[in-house]
Amino acid sequence: MSKGEVLLKMRDVRIDGFSDERWHKIIKGVDLTLHRGEVLGLIGESGAGKSTLGKAAMGYTQPGCRLVSGSIEFEGQDLAQMSDKEKLGLWGTRIAYVAQSAAASFNPAHRLIEQTTRAADRAGIRALSESRSDAIGLYESLQLPDSKHIGERYPHQVSGGQLQRVMTAMAMSPRPDLIIFDEPTTALDVTTQVEVLAAMRDIVERFDTAAIYITHDLAVVAQMADSIKVLRYGEEVEEAETRQMLSAPEKPYTRSLWSVRALEKEENSHDDYILSVDSIDASYGPTQVLDQVSMQVPRGCTVAVVGESGSGKSTTARVITGLLPSDAGSVQFNGELLPRRLQDRSREQLQKIQMIYQMADTAMNPRQSVGEIIGRPLEFYLGLSGAALEQRIIALLEMIELDASFFDRLPEELSGGQKQRICIARALAAEPELIICDEVTSALDQIVQEGILKLLLKLQNELGMSFLFITHDIATVRAISDEIVVMFQGKVVEQGPKSQVFSPPHPEYTQLLLSSVPEMDPDWLTGVLQSREQSQEHGG
Amino acid sequence: MSEENYSATAEIGALRLRRSRWQRLWISLSKAPPTAWFGFIVVAAYIVVAVAAPYIAPHGESEVFAESYALPSSEHLLGTDQIGRDIYSRLIYGARNTIGLALVTTILAFLIGGCLGLVAAISRNWLDQVLSRAVDVLMAIPALIFALMLLSVFGSSAWSLIGILAVLDSTRVFRLTRSVAVNVVVMDYVEAAKLRGEGLGWIMRREILPNIMAPLIAEFGLRFCFVFLSIAALSFLGVGIQPPTADWGSMVRENASLIQFAQYDFKIAMTPMIPAAAIALLTVAVNFIVDWFLHQTSGLRDE
Amino acid sequence: MNPIITTVCKRLALGLATLVVVSAIIFSSISMMPGDFAQAILGQAATEDTVAAFREELGLDRPAIVRYFEWIKGVAQGDFGTSFSGRAASGVDRSREVVDLIAPRLWNTLFLASVAAVVAVPLALFLGLTTALYRNSAYDRSANAATLTTISTPEFFVAYILILCLSSLWPVFPSLANVDASTGFLDRLYKVALPAMTLTLVIVAHMMRMTRAAIINLLASPYIEMARLSGASQREIILKHALPNAWAPIATVVAFNLAYLVVGVVVVEKVFTYPGVGQLMVDAVTTRDMPVVQACALFFAATYILLNLTADIIGIVTNPRLLHPR
Repeated sequence: MSKGEVLLKMRDVRIDGFSDERWHKIIKGVDLTLHRGEVLGLIGESGAGKSTLGKAAMGYTQPGCRLVSGSIEFEGQDLAQMSDKEKLGLWGTRIAYVAQSAAASFNPAHRLIEQTTRAADRAGIRALSESRSDAIGLYESLQLPDSKHIGERYPHQVSGGQLQRVMTAMAMSPRPDLIIFDEPTTALDVTTQVEVLAAMRDIVERFDTAAIYITHDLAVVAQMADSIKVLRYGEEVEEAETRQMLSAPEKPYTRSLWSVRALEKEENSHDDYILSVDSIDASYGPTQVLDQVSMQVPRGCTVAVVGESGSGKSTTARVITGLLPSDAGSVQFNGELLPRRLQDRSREQLQKIQMIYQMADTAMNPRQSVGEIIGRPLEFYLGLSGAALEQRIIALLEMIELDASFFDRLPEELSGGQKQRICIARALAAEPELIICDEVTSALDQIVQEGILKLLLKLQNELGMSFLFITHDIATVRAISDEIVVMFQGKVVEQGPKSQVFSPPHPEYTQLLLSSVPEMDPDWLTGVLQSREQSQEHGG
Repeated sequence: MSEENYSATAEIGALRLRRSRWQRLWISLSKAPPTAWFGFIVVAAYIVVAVAAPYIAPHGESEVFAESYALPSSEHLLGTDQIGRDIYSRLIYGARNTIGLALVTTILAFLIGGCLGLVAAISRNWLDQVLSRAVDVLMAIPALIFALMLLSVFGSSAWSLIGILAVLDSTRVFRLTRSVAVNVVVMDYVEAAKLRGEGLGWIMRREILPNIMAPLIAEFGLRFCFVFLSIAALSFLGVGIQPPTADWGSMVRENASLIQFAQYDFKIAMTPMIPAAAIALLTVAVNFIVDWFLHQTSGLRDE
Repeated sequence: MNPIITTVCKRLALGLATLVVVSAIIFSSISMMPGDFAQAILGQAATEDTVAAFREELGLDRPAIVRYFEWIKGVAQGDFGTSFSGRAASGVDRSREVVDLIAPRLWNTLFLASVAAVVAVPLALFLGLTTALYRNSAYDRSANAATLTTISTPEFFVAYILILCLSSLWPVFPSLANVDASTGFLDRLYKVALPAMTLTLVIVAHMMRMTRAAIINLLASPYIEMARLSGASQREIILKHALPNAWAPIATVVAFNLAYLVVGVVVVEKVFTYPGVGQLMVDAVTTRDMPVVQACALFFAATYILLNLTADIIGIVTNPRLLHPR
């Protein structure tokens, strides 16, 4: 690829953030060079400083942050030295920004088309009479439905995926030289993500705009970027051309970014079911959310329930635990019918099914110490107390690869991965036979995810535990499951052993879901789009 | 950190040193702004005066002396009032009566409103509906007006004052408790406790209450100010604490006419201003403490 | 139907229902009076016959629900019954119609409240807006300390300080606001200067703090940051991005404080012996003159409910989600 002239040159940028009454280093001296028409992927885990760096590329620091030193040269002018007024002249016209949450980033009081054209109109880029038709043209090239009229709507009247594309149109409207995409598809469902990614890549290519694409998902950035820069703790780990980065990363940390994808579990499947859910209907008020849902969990196996938000997978878990009494159908545990309501279940029944949550932060009472949190089920179900209780707690801490020094800690003194481990220990303390894991790894960084998944596999091997594993992440499913249940809009699309579900032929939705999961291959998106086009031609 | 030497214990936890609660309290106190310190000192002084009133006051609460409207002297530090009672002594007893009454009322309001609010937040059923609608209606009538009306029904005695203000104020406490508790009730750890089979009492006491203490404590300060000011206003209007009990609000009203003499004798004109200032000083002090406390617990450095 | 209309109708119905329940509560207060109140009002010398006649006049022997509807019917026609005062033990009745007592005072109270509101609302909004924009500046910090002090101060203290300064030491305004029907507009304005100033000070403090909080909350929205990042100037951000979304919170703040103002009138009227509804109510409470207390309470409660209703409706009609349904 031939590189154009240098557009953006950041040198030794250092940014501090203010929290807990003192300044912390967020960006610790990062260099960045971007040429005209080039797309640079900025990747890193939470706390890596990628979003802060992305905004700094515009010369902007969030309230509570400050630029300590460094230069940010945009076309030779140093943004770090510019006054706010001079920067306003560039923002929105020469440099544009696409935020993660489109729903919150649009002003609810104005029509979409007004917001799309405002920056260009303000700068007088084109005649006012043309700006509307230009916006409609952009909507069209972003494949928005009803592109002629969608601009007349208000933000709350269109879906999240559409809104994200409108925001891209808004950024593109003044034909900027540089666009910063800040996790633009993170909040979207995986099947929606494909369309938005395709639309964004297409339009950036068409206008030959340079872009910085910020994300935590390497597979996504692989589709979008010419080269990738990996950040960690506010420092650069490495930067390389995309293909080279994927095939031969220099640093072990980079490889750990897709470590979960390397996990693989040998399939184990039989028909001695510990849990069987039979034609469940359930509803929140008047809205029915589950429609004839059935699934089985073989003893000592892991069943993964996959689906997008709103597919009813978490609701199924609530019905199994009795939090949401079902309208119809039955739940059998060890061959015994479970009462529908939580209140009607016996202590033994409650003890045998335990739950682990997605957000370990909210799953632990912030005012209780680790010892109290793990100790409570031991007291409650097993009647342990005194020295026996303490010994058992320490044994459990060791089982989850922590140690006795954690006994007195409060949740706020733990890292994300440690918190999730304590939640696992609390579930184990009850000596359950089935553990329901609700998206337990999706809030964690990749390397921590891997640790947690390995721990769960180890516990299953040692204790013969069964898992019902709810997730939207296909890589996690591959890593941990024996059987898979695919859900869509409150219905079960298919259930079967992993090897069977992952190999064709697929039901239509499974096909769509599996094909929408980005792969570590820069040509993946192009391939998916081509194959979808072909199948459409065949079909219609 | 590579895959090979990864260990869960070594993961970096939150960058926070381990300290006991008292250590933390001390550290945040020592960092408190001068306004908060001012608040603490003033409140402490009021408490001392209120508790030790009989030992500090030179004369009795309703002891009548021969000379009414006596000028300040060594015998009567601030002079005497319209029927010859020592104003300085009444001021000191007033601290005890007004603060004591406001404190009892606020505690009562929190017991009623807090308990009902918690129950409503956890149960979220018809009981919650009934209580919430009842509170809506009660709050649709301005508190002072409602209090005036009820006082005319039940008459002005200390007990009816406490009862009426406590009930009216408990509606505000109910609203706050319910709204903060509802945010805690939806937390996964409360769900986890329910799934474990814990009873209502345990969930209220151990899971919810510790997590809503901070806003409740702040609200206690604010509610106390409100009740304190309401009692002062009602007494000032002549329908609150009744004579001969000393009370700051009524002292202002009884001596108000003296302000007219400011041009001739400024000291005399200050007589009604001193109890009024005493009321203001305490509420300012409590407000300063609450302001600092909210700032501490909300973690908002920006606001 | 348009969701705006349905939502507004629902809110109106709710407001009406609240008013009905509140009126019922106010009405039933008389039934909660201790049994011997008729004797107490007429005096110890009253004979049993007079007391019985008085009780019958009040209709205490008939069911409460019937009396309530009669009372409501009367209220709707401007008849609030007759005052308890002026009745003597002998049975001679020199009591006056409640409506005659209230009507002239109603205008006095509304006049005072309006004067205070006209000054306070724009001033408070301006101060709230500027302190929010220049947050954490010296201006903001001093405004914060000043308003915190003001809201902690009893209204009567503010009033007496004003009297002390502007009436006793430096006689500019009168300390007694004795107006009557014949007082001209300018003279009236001059006479209510101090009470209006007292109310203004107290209300501005409250309203400014709430406006500031509402604006800061608004400016923290992601779409404001987005507007900044798309090159909008501070002026454009305030006028085009913040303001259209600020009406609902501002309306709430204003209505809340006007409601507060109406209540604050009670104490201020008493201090300045201003012939308004508040003073009438306090006097009636002292003599336990229930018909007057009820009428005053109904007036204050109705104003309060109406103001809150207005705020909610402004919030509804400026909500883009309801203005432009899916």
